[in-house]
Amino acid sequence: MNNLLFASFSTATLLSDAVYYIACGVLALAVLLGIHFMSKVEKAQLGNRISAWAIALGIILTLIKKDILPVWLMYPAMAVGAIIGLILARRVKMIEMPQLVALLNGIGGAASAIVASFAFTSLYRSGEFFGKTTASLAVVVGTVTLFGSLVAAGKLHKLITQKPIIYRFHQTAAVGLLFILTVLVILGGFFSLIPSAILLPIMVIVAAVFGLLFSVRVGGADMPITISLLNSLSGVAAAIAGFAVTDILLVAVGGIVGASGLFLTQIMCRAMNRKLMDILLGKTALKKSKTEKKETTEESRETEEKDPVDPITVIKSAKNVIIVPGYGMALAQAQHLTKELAEKLKDNGASVKFAIHPVAGRMPGHMDVLLIEAGIPFDDVYEMDSINDAFKEADVTIVVGANDVLNPAARNAEGTPIYGMPILNVDQCKHIVIFNYDLKPGYSGVENPIYKNKEGVWVIQGDAATTLKETLQKL
Amino acid sequence: MELIQYILIGVFLVATVVGYILINNVPSRLHTPLMSGMNALSGVTILGALLATATALSGSSPVVGSIFGSLAIILAMINVTGGFSVTNRMLKMFGRKKKNTDE
Repeated sequence: MNNLLFASFSTATLLSDAVYYIACGVLALAVLLGIHFMSKVEKAQLGNRISAWAIALGIILTLIKKDILPVWLMYPAMAVGAIIGLILARRVKMIEMPQLVALLNGIGGAASAIVASFAFTSLYRSGEFFGKTTASLAVVVGTVTLFGSLVAAGKLHKLITQKPIIYRFHQTAAVGLLFILTVLVILGGFFSLIPSAILLPIMVIVAAVFGLLFSVRVGGADMPITISLLNSLSGVAAAIAGFAVTDILLVAVGGIVGASGLFLTQIMCRAMNRKLMDILLGKTALKKSKTEKKETTEESRETEEKDPVDPITVIKSAKNVIIVPGYGMALAQAQHLTKELAEKLKDNGASVKFAIHPVAGRMPGHMDVLLIEAGIPFDDVYEMDSINDAFKEADVTIVVGANDVLNPAARNAEGTPIYGMPILNVDQCKHIVIFNYDLKPGYSGVENPIYKNKEGVWVIQGDAATTLKETLQKL
Repeated sequence: MELIQYILIGVFLVATVVGYILINNVPSRLHTPLMSGMNALSGVTILGALLATATALSGSSPVVGSIFGSLAIILAMINVTGGFSVTNRMLKMFGRKKKNTDE
């Protein structure tokens, strides 16, 4: 790559190849060390800093080794990007994290696609098949990531409907486009029949349409899987672009990101009872008629089921309480009220635990962040597997805006979309108080038998922010 | 294929496998910061963007090169700074809450 640049004094001579490669290796290890520190909450912040420094040093190292320090144009561009990034990071609300991550997935994919386009154009007339093939592939993967992510971010930000949009011949078109993309990559890698100025835009357009088709059919609650997958793709795009421009650090870090996204995708698939292959083939969308049921009218009623004992007495006398927060709580902005409820119960001498299902929220770990932001200590927050046996002993379980993740139909209702999905064993609890917007089924469209069970179950309907406040006053 | 290309493939495989193993240990409560951290890392493509821009500027079409090059640098940099700083913001909350409960 150096021979493409000429300068009277070359900073490249400051670093021999050996030193440069060793330095790249050290930086890649530093990134891995940073990730290793993410395994402990106490060290996670340090880990993030180590990774950040590794990338910063990687930039400096590249500028020196490739002898491009004096190219002034790069510095204002870096400054603009840095400022936009910092503003985004500072302004974003925690409930908007999924769309931010989706957007950044797309931006990363776009950057890699442009980098690969440069490599593709400069290598196109050469015999560098490896470079040309990887460059074409990176253009395609990066562009798919960009457009897939833009749709995902748009859906999460409610700019586009959350419902799955399925066009006629959707599946056929997707498979057809995938085939065309394969042909285009082969054309770009091994044959130089068409001028690159024509082939490249065709690749980008076809990949863009494929990305759109891929994301548009995904419904709101399936987003955790889609975002994780796009997260992975953004890393893969970077790694393949790294092959095209022969950059070791780019390949290594891109590979790590790809692996991380893939891992999270698998976790989400397991938690939602979906197969990765089904998602790739477009079977994420649930039956349309069922999801339409979810659409609710604006009216917010509040009716309490009149039972011999009222829920307030039950909550007041409980010594052992489990709270199950769901995305409905986040939508109603009721995190802080939920925290108040927990504190009030603790002041009464009760033990309060929070139970979190892996897919509570719109991305992996989202609910944890929302609870922490509200000021709930994470020692009180339990993952599904570590708390599922505790429901039996609890005096009362309070559900705030969750439905499918505690639907016992997942255990026995064969043939329903949630059958086989791991759930919270809320139904094993003696008393259940549910704060929910309405009695309609959750996203999956499957009726929740707990709602029908009158004994020991109270459903308080309405906007969780309102109903929780009223309940708090009565306690 | 040249030697360096085999090395690249080797590096890719090792990084992927080791990364996968390490990420397996990250607790699920940190999965959101993990993902935004990965956003930041995917901005590593800035290295390619810098090199490609510099190369294109000395090439045959410097105007196109500078436009797309700057765009790539801006986008990659958004990821690097935005990703790391929002991750830091979240992790700071986790740290802060821990201290509060200790008091």
